[in-house]
Amino acid sequence: MADSVYIPGLAAGRTGFAPAPRHSALVRATHWVNALSFLGLLVSGIGILLAHPRFYWGETGGIGTPSLFDLPLPFLLGGPSGWGRYLHFESAWVCVLNGLLYVSSGFASRHFRHDLVPPAKGPQDDSAYTLVQRLAYLAVVFVLFPLLVWTGLAMSPAITSVFPALVTTLGGHQCARTIHFFAAITSVGFVLVHIAMVWRAGFRRRVRAMITGRLAV
Amino acid sequence: MSGSLSRRKLIAAGLTGAAGLTAAARIAGRYGLIPPDWGGVWGPGETLTYASQRILTSGHSMAREFTRGAISKIAQVSGDPPRHGLYASLLATGFTEWRLSVEGLVARPASLSLADLKRLPPRTQITEQTCEEGWSFIAEWTGVPLSHVMNLAGVQPQARYAVFFPFDESWDSLDMPDAWHPQTLIAYGMNGKDLSADHGAPARLKVPRQLGYKSIKFLSRILFTDTLKNIGSGLGSASPDLGYSWYAGI
Repeated sequence: MADSVYIPGLAAGRTGFAPAPRHSALVRATHWVNALSFLGLLVSGIGILLAHPRFYWGETGGIGTPSLFDLPLPFLLGGPSGWGRYLHFESAWVCVLNGLLYVSSGFASRHFRHDLVPPAKGPQDDSAYTLVQRLAYLAVVFVLFPLLVWTGLAMSPAITSVFPALVTTLGGHQCARTIHFFAAITSVGFVLVHIAMVWRAGFRRRVRAMITGRLAV
Repeated sequence: MSGSLSRRKLIAAGLTGAAGLTAAARIAGRYGLIPPDWGGVWGPGETLTYASQRILTSGHSMAREFTRGAISKIAQVSGDPPRHGLYASLLATGFTEWRLSVEGLVARPASLSLADLKRLPPRTQITEQTCEEGWSFIAEWTGVPLSHVMNLAGVQPQARYAVFFPFDESWDSLDMPDAWHPQTLIAYGMNGKDLSADHGAPARLKVPRQLGYKSIKFLSRILFTDTLKNIGSGLGSASPDLGYSWYAGI
């Protein structure tokens, strides 16, 4: 695929792009680290789910007690929930540390205010995000992601021994687990729509922009 | 832009990073922040989780306790009691011949009968057992705080782990913060009755700040040691061999 090889020095000299990259180096790096950790969290999350694909509401729940709903999946003990847990928490660390780097730099560089907070007035140039895009990205970063971390931590008996309000405010351990599941489903939905939009906008061109920073033709 | 300069910077940054990591690992080891299953591809995540939770819980945080009304009517069981051998004959005779052996780095090794355990000052607590699979239940547990047995046996200062051997294969260990923790029980009663065989008779561990699989059943022997290297695969419990982490505070 020689035509997709990008050599910054040569390319810049040859075609003369606009000086400011579409995505800053830090946004690009954290985007791909996040993509990788998301994949790890999703695969391992499914592995853990298969150990008990049944959901409850309140504090407790198990075989023999009424469920909120049952997924049409087999109960699969052993393997997946074991390595699944190791992979889930390792990916979670990468995701959280990477996310903190992205958010703190996003504030420092005014990336959020400039690119994501809906503008009060004035014309926008063609390359700016639409209102729906801005709200979606902000909701994922500042609502969905914190909710996933919160409900995840609320399932930890060690963490809730220090911060019991993390789980009591949600209504109990099983509420935390169920909300975690729906938040995860929502994040998968976001990623699917995100990839579909990138596809519509020109997949190779957009992916190259997220790798090299340039929206080259 | 000078290639040699950036390369020199890169090497310097790499060396500084490596030295920093080595120093951090040494300090973390001294303060008991490295889990026994720290190696391999999952090691970084496990070590970060264990170290950060050990620091967070260092103020002797207590697992949530509940009222009697919150006790679950149905307590799901995980794993069957051993059907044969010594355990089966002990069960058949009501555990009158059962002894809990306390040994290793202790001044006074002990061999405690069920009656001996029940004579020690008990603790009753209503806590939630959360299984790694996802289900959970609340029950009232009665037993002797492990710390009480540790004081009786005179655990020596160089001991770093309490290792628990049951009548099945699921041996496990606790670090000293969890071993001394007031909610860590050698439990012999559940919901006001003697522990049933399904739930770990005659005595099981209760560690409510960790997932259920840490609260191993059918206890037989407790060993205090300064290293886990020579026990099993040296990873601190039977769990890592099955793919589950040694530390289960999650």
